[in-house]
Amino acid sequence: MSTLHLTSEIFQAIRTHGEDTYPHECCGALLGRPGEHGWVVTDAIRAGNTRTDSAHNRYNIAPIELVRIQRSAREKGLEIAGFYHSHPDHPAQWSQTDFAEAHWLGCSYVITSVEKGRAAITNSFLLAGTTEEDKHFEHETIHVGDAPSAQFESQQQANQSIKDQR
Amino acid sequence: MTIYIPTPLRTYAGGKDAIEIGAATISEALNSLTSEYPDLRKHLFTTDGKVRSFVNLYLNDEDVRYLPEKENSQVSGTDTLSIIPSIAGGWR
Repeated sequence: MSTLHLTSEIFQAIRTHGEDTYPHECCGALLGRPGEHGWVVTDAIRAGNTRTDSAHNRYNIAPIELVRIQRSAREKGLEIAGFYHSHPDHPAQWSQTDFAEAHWLGCSYVITSVEKGRAAITNSFLLAGTTEEDKHFEHETIHVGDAPSAQFESQQQANQSIKDQR
Repeated sequence: MTIYIPTPLRTYAGGKDAIEIGAATISEALNSLTSEYPDLRKHLFTTDGKVRSFVNLYLNDEDVRYLPEKENSQVSGTDTLSIIPSIAGGWR
């Protein structure tokens, strides 16, 4: 099982965003670097939910906002590691809509249930697979805590050696 | 022009996040890109050659779908093309 690494600050920021937009769904992007067993997230970027027609049960991030988020990530030497959104008064489990609309293979999808305005459970699902036809969500562990910089370096070195071997 | 590759597709583009392509139009740039990295093709196009519905293409900050000449729009060396899969969902 893969692990999504979040700092306590980012974990809290994601949950607070869900409370701020309640009873509507919040959404945003996670920036980070690939770690040994999953993404190590260093930034969470709030995004607007363009589904104003049905914001209590749907979300959509405008593509132009994603373009700007991707640009910002690149400038920081980071990658888009995944996305987060909330489920107001519904479980923190992916829905059929979440699955059908998930196209960022290899990225993490974080869902927070917000019950009566308070953030409850936060889960993360890795979109695994190699194509649209074989994609599937895998539940992943969320590790909350500060990642030491030495860990980043060893992970980057390990990733580089894997790339070199290919 | 520079084509920016999103995280999920970098595996199929030699691990690169940006690729320089010499092309006169967006369509030509995409053809060159997928000729150089053929594994990208099925992720970007349907079997009949159309850009997949969930793949957004942005020429600089403009959605290619809304450009007058769409993928036949002329490009220059300083232009950027961002490939951005859509992101959406919700509990229902």
